Amino acid sequence: MTFRLGVDVGGTFTDILLINEDTGESFRGKTSSTPEDQSVGVLRGIEQVCRTAGIGTDQVRAVLHGTTVATNAILEKKGARVGLVTTRGFRQILQIARSFVPGGLAGWIIWPKPEPLAALEDTVEVTERIGSDGQVVLELDEDDVRTQLARLRDQGIQALSISFINAYANDRHEVRVAEIAAEVLGDIPVSRSSAVLPELREYERTLTTVANAYVQGQVSRYVGNLERQLHGSGLDADLSILRSDGGLVSAGIAADSPVSLLLSGPAGGVTGAAWVAEQAGVENILTFDMGGTSTDVALIQGLTPRVGRETTVGDLTVRATSLDVRTVGAGGGSIAHVPQLTQALRVGPQSAGAVPGPASYGQGGTEPTVTDADVVLGYLPPQLAGGEITLDVEAAHAAVKSIAEATGLPSVHAAAEGIYDIVNENIFGALKLVSTQQGFDPRDFALMAFGGAGPLHANALGILTGAWPVIIPPSPGVLAAYGDATTSMRDEAVQTLIRRFGELTDAELRDLLHGLAGTARQSLLEAGLPEEDLTVTYAVDLRYHGQGFEIPVTVDAVDLEGAALDVLRKAFDAEHDRLFNFLLTNEHELVTARATVSGPRPEMAPTVLAEGGEDPSAAARRTHELWVEGQEVEATIYDRHKLLAGNVVTGPAVVAEMDSTTLVLPGHAATVHPSGSLLIRPIDAPADSGSKD
Amino acid sequence: MADLLQTATEPLRTVDVDVITLDLIENGLRSARYEMDEVLFRTALSPGIREQHDEFPLIGDPEGKMVVGQFGLSIPDFLDNFEGTIEEGDVLMTSDPYSCGAAISHANDWLVVMPIYYEGRIVGWASQFGHMSDVGGKTPASMPTDARTIFEEGVVIPPFKLYKKGVLDEDALRIILNQVRKPDWNRADLNGIVAACRTASRRVQEMCARFGADTYTSALDALLDRNYRAMKTLLALVFEEGKPLSFTDYIDDDGRGNGPFELTMTITRTGDKVLIDLAGSSPQAEGPINYYINENLIRMFFGIYMITVADPQILWNDGYYPLVDVNIPEESFWKPKYPAALNGRNHGIGRLFDLFGGLLGQSNPDLLNGAGFSSSPHFMYSGNYSEGERKGDWFQLYSIGFGGIPGRPVGDGPDGHSLWPSFVNIPCEYLESYYPLRIDRWETVTDTGGAGLHRGGNGVDVSYRFLEPGTIAIHDDRWLTYPWGVLGGEPGARGTKWIERADGTREVLPSKVHDVDVARDDVLHFVTWGGGGWGDPLEREVDLVALEVRRGLISAEGARRYGVVCDEAGTVDAQATEALRAEVRSGRDGERPLFDKGPDLETILANALEETGLPAPTAPKPL
Repeated sequence: MTFRLGVDVGGTFTDILLINEDTGESFRGKTSSTPEDQSVGVLRGIEQVCRTAGIGTDQVRAVLHGTTVATNAILEKKGARVGLVTTRGFRQILQIARSFVPGGLAGWIIWPKPEPLAALEDTVEVTERIGSDGQVVLELDEDDVRTQLARLRDQGIQALSISFINAYANDRHEVRVAEIAAEVLGDIPVSRSSAVLPELREYERTLTTVANAYVQGQVSRYVGNLERQLHGSGLDADLSILRSDGGLVSAGIAADSPVSLLLSGPAGGVTGAAWVAEQAGVENILTFDMGGTSTDVALIQGLTPRVGRETTVGDLTVRATSLDVRTVGAGGGSIAHVPQLTQALRVGPQSAGAVPGPASYGQGGTEPTVTDADVVLGYLPPQLAGGEITLDVEAAHAAVKSIAEATGLPSVHAAAEGIYDIVNENIFGALKLVSTQQGFDPRDFALMAFGGAGPLHANALGILTGAWPVIIPPSPGVLAAYGDATTSMRDEAVQTLIRRFGELTDAELRDLLHGLAGTARQSLLEAGLPEEDLTVTYAVDLRYHGQGFEIPVTVDAVDLEGAALDVLRKAFDAEHDRLFNFLLTNEHELVTARATVSGPRPEMAPTVLAEGGEDPSAAARRTHELWVEGQEVEATIYDRHKLLAGNVVTGPAVVAEMDSTTLVLPGHAATVHPSGSLLIRPIDAPADSGSKD
Repeated sequence: MADLLQTATEPLRTVDVDVITLDLIENGLRSARYEMDEVLFRTALSPGIREQHDEFPLIGDPEGKMVVGQFGLSIPDFLDNFEGTIEEGDVLMTSDPYSCGAAISHANDWLVVMPIYYEGRIVGWASQFGHMSDVGGKTPASMPTDARTIFEEGVVIPPFKLYKKGVLDEDALRIILNQVRKPDWNRADLNGIVAACRTASRRVQEMCARFGADTYTSALDALLDRNYRAMKTLLALVFEEGKPLSFTDYIDDDGRGNGPFELTMTITRTGDKVLIDLAGSSPQAEGPINYYINENLIRMFFGIYMITVADPQILWNDGYYPLVDVNIPEESFWKPKYPAALNGRNHGIGRLFDLFGGLLGQSNPDLLNGAGFSSSPHFMYSGNYSEGERKGDWFQLYSIGFGGIPGRPVGDGPDGHSLWPSFVNIPCEYLESYYPLRIDRWETVTDTGGAGLHRGGNGVDVSYRFLEPGTIAIHDDRWLTYPWGVLGGEPGARGTKWIERADGTREVLPSKVHDVDVARDDVLHFVTWGGGGWGDPLEREVDLVALEVRRGLISAEGARRYGVVCDEAGTVDAQATEALRAEVRSGRDGERPLFDKGPDLETILANALEETGLPAPTAPKPL
């Protein structure tokens, strides 16, 4: 028997999922994360879960890992001291930062400007110039380069980034500076803009390159450590890392391009959601992953998560392909407050975090949070399965009472419902960004909730979005580890080549994409995957000539053999019309071409719950009072692990399990799917929407 | 007055809206408004909108009062001035400030207004305007700096129905687009604006379906009321009863050699209400700098400054208008008589915000920033390619520059940033790909930010090297008077523009000029202003001053303005620093001034030629 291991390292816990490849049987492990060196917690978790399963670590064939090392380096501002080399005249590119000030008119008065990832005193400029056509306008002054690099060396930089104007069109000068840097600076990581992001727009390219350099040291150290320790403890398994785009790459490739790992963590959740959805027989889903401080949302169409070209982490937005995951500052720890002047009820984005945490955690927090509202409303019963945490109901009441007083709402329960509704609305707003704003009707989708707090808010979000059924996956707290374990190896190759369709033939387009596929295939072949198992997908970013934004359009391999440009024209127009309701007569223009090569999806037997009929009473534990729409109602609490396939849990009900709690509202019922998911629907429901199309 | 046709006659009822629903609708409106931006950015063709975001969306209540938005237009004024019926499916547009009660303020802005119907009744208005890079007329970009009438400023479109009951008026659009130099840009941008308004319309209809039209419109009233109450509280807090506050600032010239123009604003609170009085401002200008503004826009801008700082999350709207009276004298800079030229009104908009800052800051320290608004400095370059694949093709660029954000209560002013919301610069690589030019330098200018405890941001030098002969135009201000500092902070540096000709000569250009011929390899230095400083520079941390010397943001010489003695490597001489700071302190007489506007106007005028390379303007005469 062989096993796969999914590993997801979160801020507080490291989740390990061990899956028997032959039976689909899975074992979960949870251990405290070790932020100073995450590999320690990972190894401990692996050993623990292997003991639980009664297997030797040598039976693990693959370790699949979503990591937040790169993300945390950015969020905690703990990356390397990065030096930046620019074209003379552009030293302040990160200081000027496209001159953008967020917020409305007068927003500049209150905006705190973040410090650039490469400090201005560590940025040097050298004499060189490339034209927009790629021609050398001014030769690189190598003496100047040596002088400037020596300065950076003396200042003690730990990583170097190089970004020259128009380097996307000609990388010669950047390559040469990298060579000189190896002589002058010795063995430090070097990121070139022409390698990291060969695309037009100097600020975005520079920022992405600097971000790459900023996290590279930590990522490669971490990945190297982990690989060594795995092998040292008898695991003869390949380590693969999940990228922001939801594909796995070998550890070595991950370390070379760490900027593509910034959303590795959330990508695990979304790919896990796609896997669970497939087991539950649903193809189109919206997902929301609600944690302590924030919620990540995404859209999955035809079991494929939507991909975006940008990655945003905190204040930083870089150009790197990632699953289109949007984050909103709404989580269990989000603090409710009432600005004195307007007396509006606001929830978040401030968060009580892990310390002091919500008032009901009894760790010194006094400000009212979403979790406290959940406690007041009875949605989060004070004694949960396992009994690990006991919640302080009185503290929650006291905290939420301050909101009732400030808003003039008639009771603590009314204030708690207000907090519950507003945080749901904030999440709804984020879901709209990936659905209605992209031209998708949420009612054509199912809604999957996970993360610690997601299942408590899922039913309410179903009502807001009209996306049914609402799906609560098995083990909602470790879904990311599922994603890590169930996705495939992937690599992509990208080239920016701005060409009007009139300047391009079908054959040239085909050669371009085939060439990119060849490049992307390379790393997977090197990882030992047989060529016949690889699948290639092609996509191009198109626009009308003169527009500033592109729309990604996928290209069918079959169409590529025929009149591909014509097919693309039509596909682009259809997409433009869907998004904006009008077309232009301008010529179509290719901006970026991309080939993505994927290995086979791992074959895994799905879990199947035993059939148990509709009656869930065998799993019922006790009754409990809830507040819903101003009324006190009696709900039943169920143990999730005792529910059987076919059981129907009618709301009001609470379904409790180790790391999560699901709320089923009155008028709704949750059916237990054989794959283990709970499917919540209104009792007088029309047909499901998520499986349409 | 527009005649609004509605098939449902039963009026909308006023119902109670709970605080939660109110917040939900507030949220929905906010997302809809940002969605409008997104739709336009992604579909526009002109660099001014697609790369720089020179556009402004708005959603109104059934009467047209703004419930979400942020900038310069006013639907009630538009409707008051519109003759004819309006019904479902109509989309109205105009570019004539004089026919819409100054809902827009120059002919480059194309304004679209669309009623939002739900079940046969008007439940709101969607509106958006965008700056068209060219609307015809005598000079590329349609902003002649010497214009005396609006007739010189291109096509001026009276309010009309672009769509009648959903059907586009192709003929009218064809006539309009025939007047402009880049019709494909205007067409695409206008399409994008209409698409954005339709998006807003759909979102409002969805909210009506979700909450009911009565609840939706009652919620709008409550949101307006929320602003009313907030403003009432703020006014009482900020303004002392019966005590007028006044502030004066300048526009340096009008493009025709007249100036400086004195702009004065006075605010007095009486009871719950304030009066904003623009009396004392200069009469209307001969040149095109007049800023034709209506009373509602003054209220709007005033409100933004008041409320943003108090609750940044508030959905800012028109609700407090009844609390603000406005007096704008006729035939003044702010209300010129038809057909006065208007194209260069961007200086006036900028100065209006400096006026609000200087005035409100006197009684509300959270709003007291240095001066930052020069204007919205424009650069234009156009011509025909003389060779290569594109030989004979027309190229035309309109781009907006940025300067120093002033020192603020929260900290330093960012260097080379935009004071306008959502604006960004056009990337160098984009410019070089689409225009025959190369950028030699794009950096902030050392020491141009005003010294202060919180430093003013540095201005920017963008050096454009032209690769084809053509003509350029510039619109800027603050070349003569200084961006003032506050609370002991020093003024920032003034802006300047010059050409280094390929033959080695140097030519200083006025801040407002058009049709300047340029040749291949001429280099234009487009240098913007620095932001004013905030607080006493002697109190700035010595280490921070030294760090900024190492960063090249201030020089060793400039560090002395902070009383810091160091070398170019930022190594501080602590003893000399202490001595210098003591010496400067002892040389001061009394308190540091609240405002430091640099030398007095007389001295500035006397030194103009010597210091700026440009002759002093002539005092404006009544026309």
